[in-house]
Amino acid sequence: MKVEQRAADSKSKEALTDKTSLLNLYREMLLIRRFEEKTAEMYQLAKIGGFCHLNIGEEATIVGTISALRRTDYVYSTYREHGHAIAKGIDPKAVMAELFGKETGTSHGRGGSMHLFSEENRFYGGYAIVGEALPIACGSGYAINYKETDEVVMSSFGDGATNIGAFHESLNVAKLWHLPIVFVCVNNLYGMGTAVNRASAVTEIWKKACAYDMTSERVDGMDVLAVRRITDQLVARAREKHEPSLLECVTYRYRGHSMSDPDTYRGKDEIKEWQTRDPILSLGEHMKKQKLLTDEEIERIDEEITSQVEDAVKFAEESPDPDPKDLYRDVYAGEGAA
Amino acid sequence: MAVLAMRDALNQALREEMKRDESVFLLGEDIGLYDGSFKVTRGLMKEFGEKRVLDTPIAEEIIIGTAIGAAMSGLRPVAEMMTVNFIMVAMDQVVNAAAHIRYMFGGGTKVPLVIRTPGGGGHQLGAQHSHSHENWFAHVPGLKVVAPGTPADAKGMLKSAIRDDNPVMFIENEGTYAIKGEVPDGEHLVPLDKNEVKRPGDDITICAHSRMLIVAMDAATELEKEGISAEVVDMRALRPLDMAPVVESVKKTSRLITVEEGWRSYGVGSEIASRVYEEAFDYLDAPVARIAAAEVPAPYNKRLEKIAFPGKADVIVTAKALLGKN
Ligand SMILES: Cc1ncc(C[n+]2csc(CCOP(=O)(O)OP(=O)(O)O)c2C)c(N)n1
Ligand SMILES: [Mg+2]
Repeated sequence: MKVEQRAADSKSKEALTDKTSLLNLYREMLLIRRFEEKTAEMYQLAKIGGFCHLNIGEEATIVGTISALRRTDYVYSTYREHGHAIAKGIDPKAVMAELFGKETGTSHGRGGSMHLFSEENRFYGGYAIVGEALPIACGSGYAINYKETDEVVMSSFGDGATNIGAFHESLNVAKLWHLPIVFVCVNNLYGMGTAVNRASAVTEIWKKACAYDMTSERVDGMDVLAVRRITDQLVARAREKHEPSLLECVTYRYRGHSMSDPDTYRGKDEIKEWQTRDPILSLGEHMKKQKLLTDEEIERIDEEITSQVEDAVKFAEESPDPDPKDLYRDVYAGEGAA
Repeated sequence: MAVLAMRDALNQALREEMKRDESVFLLGEDIGLYDGSFKVTRGLMKEFGEKRVLDTPIAEEIIIGTAIGAAMSGLRPVAEMMTVNFIMVAMDQVVNAAAHIRYMFGGGTKVPLVIRTPGGGGHQLGAQHSHSHENWFAHVPGLKVVAPGTPADAKGMLKSAIRDDNPVMFIENEGTYAIKGEVPDGEHLVPLDKNEVKRPGDDITICAHSRMLIVAMDAATELEKEGISAEVVDMRALRPLDMAPVVESVKKTSRLITVEEGWRSYGVGSEIASRVYEEAFDYLDAPVARIAAAEVPAPYNKRLEKIAFPGKADVIVTAKALLGKN
């Protein structure tokens, strides 16, 4: 499938050309891929419970957008957020520990796969109600303007979320109140088993911003450099001009909706076709052509990352469960709260 | 000490807290330029400007969601829902988000947020503008729920709610905004977790909150004339629910009536009765009597509406029946 880009020149001039930057993008994407593959394995071994949604296939969208942010910028995401959390700088060990439900996890085992969080990395959470986080992201945007600081908020959600009221309420006030937000729609073409064209009257999501007179772009979400380039522009717009925007990244999840999805609603050929445009392989090829990467380096990086992920699993395995006496901890903040 | 209407006591609390703490801001529909549907926020936009008194679109999910995100990001928002009926379209934000965020993120953040909203019927506003739903919120761990019935408590509890680090549902009542009472000037704080005896008595205990507190107090005055001494306990703190003064009172009177403006089933009175059965069963001489709204969507017709909501006469009749004096 060829994704028609909105930004006419988005392929012609890459934001990043130097080896270090490209290598960082490459490593980050590979880390998410290997992390998620390991997560699937651990789920099948029943080390991980509940619902578990993987980012495999969406790495370029995740890394291309989040790498454009500072540590102090805010990211809000959904239940499909392991990759977002890692890209925002959370230690994979703490993410894996959370999936294992351990006290050392990002949310001390209280949240699980769908509710990762980090104040330190301003990863403001995984939310499991479709569309719910967009209004909350607007609140961080309002706080930034209120305090007159220069952070930016990125609110990431699926194509399915663009049909829910909260999406429209959020775009409206973001524009009305000049909130420094980049809304990122991870259009992976399906909401569970329902294809975009069976759920949305408008299948090019970027167009939905037109109703709010908001800047919007559509980009090939399998091309990390294109995603990064356009995100840089939109983030700058938010930071400097306090103008929100909507970025539609067209991508694909290689696996089912969640680990329990038998994936019967789409053809195997479709999946295979998208895999030919794999974001990690593509960047690798691009870098090799530029003589910035060799096959030996690729192999070495993969080994490093694979062992980093092994370490995360080891850490999670060896971490303690939460203490039963702490069941009620943090229902309320503050002393004497009951 | 000044005599203030409930709405002005609330206004004073907001003004004082906004002056005290720069991070406090208000948001809601028509709270600024229009001065608020019930004039609780009168004059505040003029005094504090549009950034700190934010008029929002009619979009309840955005009001609560924005308040939550701002609270997590270091501010202390006070959101107004024009009436509690409209919060239904934002229940996801209140329950799944505001109440659960701290716990599901392992204590990594907090949500210091106040949602002010009036309920209550009796104004011929029909089924979509008349109900009381404090029990819905009081059911949810993570929320605090208060419903003061006097101007002094309204001021003191609102100030405490704004300083609290948790999401607080601050339930007002359309029928009480004009009620007057003495209100302490300046720093007057009433805790969010303490109920208290508002009128001492020996023969029977009546517990009530919000507008029903006033109904209960009036009924107690009438009962006094007939030689019945009723103790009235104000249940202004609904979650956490402070049962101590009720249990203590029941140990003295052995009879309990609960009064609420919402429906009876699964209501505030049901919870209070259960706890009394658990904590003071042996002291009771009669089953707990629950007075509540008729279980119908509020009717428009004046006569029907009058019998649909509890009033002074219901309390008097029930008290006498419990004491075998009818
Ligand atoms: C309000 C709500 N309705 C339904 C669900 C169940 N549900 C979870 S994910 C999902 C699909 C969402 O699709 P999309 O927004 O495209 O995100 P994706 O899973 O593709 O990343 C559904 C229906 C939910 N979590 N919340
Ligand atoms: Mg989708």
